[in-house]
Amino acid sequence: MTISVAPIAVPEPPGATVRDKLQQYLPRLVLAPSFALVLIFVYGFNLWTLFLSFTNSKAFASNTLVGLTSYQKLWTWTFETDPPSSWYTALVNMGLFGGLYVVICLVLGLGLAILLDQKIRGEGILRPIYLYPLALSFIVTGTAWKLLLDPGIGLEKAVHDWGWTSFHFDWVVNPRMMIYCVAIAGIWQTSGFVMAMFLAGLRGIDGEILKAAQIDGASAYATYRRIVIPIMRPVFLSALIILTHMAIKSYDLVLSVTGKNPGGAAELPSTFMYSYTFTRNQMAVGSTSAVIMLMSIAAIMIPYLYSELKEKNR
Amino acid sequence: MSAADAILAGPSREPTRHSLTTRIVIYGLLVLFAAVYLVPLIVMVMTSLKPLDEVTGGNMFALPHALTFGAWVKAWGEARIGVSETAGIKGYFWNSIRMVVPAVLISTLLGALNGYVLTKWRFPGHKLVFGMMLFACFIPFQSVIIPMAVILGYLGRLGNQLIDLTGYSFGFGNSTVNLVIVHVIYGLGFTTLFFRNYYEAFPTELIKAAMIDGASFFQIFRRVLLPNSTPIFIVTVIYQFTNIWNDFLFGSTFAAGDQSPMTVALNNVVNSSTGVVEYNVNMAAAIIAAAPTLLVYILAGRYFVRGLMAGAVKG
Repeated sequence: MTISVAPIAVPEPPGATVRDKLQQYLPRLVLAPSFALVLIFVYGFNLWTLFLSFTNSKAFASNTLVGLTSYQKLWTWTFETDPPSSWYTALVNMGLFGGLYVVICLVLGLGLAILLDQKIRGEGILRPIYLYPLALSFIVTGTAWKLLLDPGIGLEKAVHDWGWTSFHFDWVVNPRMMIYCVAIAGIWQTSGFVMAMFLAGLRGIDGEILKAAQIDGASAYATYRRIVIPIMRPVFLSALIILTHMAIKSYDLVLSVTGKNPGGAAELPSTFMYSYTFTRNQMAVGSTSAVIMLMSIAAIMIPYLYSELKEKNR
Repeated sequence: MSAADAILAGPSREPTRHSLTTRIVIYGLLVLFAAVYLVPLIVMVMTSLKPLDEVTGGNMFALPHALTFGAWVKAWGEARIGVSETAGIKGYFWNSIRMVVPAVLISTLLGALNGYVLTKWRFPGHKLVFGMMLFACFIPFQSVIIPMAVILGYLGRLGNQLIDLTGYSFGFGNSTVNLVIVHVIYGLGFTTLFFRNYYEAFPTELIKAAMIDGASFFQIFRRVLLPNSTPIFIVTVIYQFTNIWNDFLFGSTFAAGDQSPMTVALNNVVNSSTGVVEYNVNMAAAIIAAAPTLLVYILAGRYFVRGLMAGAVKG
């Protein structure tokens, strides 16, 4: 809806028109700096990165266009499996980490939300416990999990002390398994958030529907399976999209859990981009991977935000 | 905000009655998971209170025998961080504070004004403007860091020239200033989103009444909206504080050496691979790095959850 200033009946003194005009444009003038910043530093910079991906930039940004060379490179590397290229490793790890992170967070989040919603005592104590990891930085989370999973002093050592000496758990120092440790730490950090989203969804369900199901003799399991979970489809979608976009953006966690990603074993597109741009002096390739990350996120976020905004203004 | 309020209000509808066995299973699972979520924090705290030989020789789940705050003292004032001259993380802690305070205040205030304009002074195209600002919240920062590095490098050279000319850099090239700029810009989307959704529900009649009384744009904002905005200010400030304090990517890219924020210093402490890994010092440093945001969470958990929900589910 638009608000228009009601015309004032008194005759206007000379010079007031300029002031009125200013008043009329003032709101837009107030918003303009922020919008300009976003236009330049988000959209302009995205275009700049896109431009760089078509250049031959090495250690410094260059303006010499070389067409799709960097894209061709990445495309070739996508299929370079023996020995695996960094980009191939990054994509495989993205699939492994992203898949585990999203699916386990969803399952755990929904499970905890359903359990918490059984009118239990002590919800006020339990809920904050599931949520506190979200207040931590990924670097802190990674530091903690690096210790917990360290075979020399962490979980493996503790289990050995308790008498199970054949217990073996060295994933965090095993290049092939490192990415799973990143997933464990990520799930620990984020699943509480998904729990909160589902809990909000559950609390929003009309009690009458559930009562009706109960009267019809539906078991608790059937009620959840047939009624509750289908009603919560929009929450699933929101959680799925938020988690996927977080998985693609994960960066700090890889560095902190693995200890600066030794040998690129836990490479993800985000770390690939950083190392190619700032340490391997192949800025054009780095930009290309950034463009691919941006495109993947745009592909999932734009339709989501569009539908959210539309729904709101019904 | 309704989503978060729904959780915080607790269950409203009649629950299904459970048998004793079911109840035991429910509580058992909930407590088990609570333990899993708590273990890393407990182990961190216990490890930080042990002497090093007890960490490397003992069980990580065992309580400290010889309780010591030595690791905390070392982490705060003595630990070596990368190749830096400065000892301990205390300097970096203050770097983070100096960065967070202005960045949070500026981005929150701008967000409030933007939200006010986008709901109460709508103009043609307001939806597109908001949509574009909203998408800015979700971009991967990898797609902006190269141009940002180029621009900040340019500002740094400008600062050096200014020093040659006048003796002062006027903040150009200063890491803290750089990070404040970056965090304000990339935080605007979220702060605008929070205030827009909050002011959307604010009765427009009150604004209209104030307008008829002759109140100006800023008078209405100051006298009508601001007094009613305390909750959303708390939510936004907490959200921005947590995000900016916990940022690593920007901090590690745009701040140099001694001027780095806390997260970058922590990562350097943990990964400085000279000699024995002092896990107790690492954990003390990690707890110090986590303390401000954890404290905010403990003191204002409600508002923290609201912010989280508002950043994901709109409306």
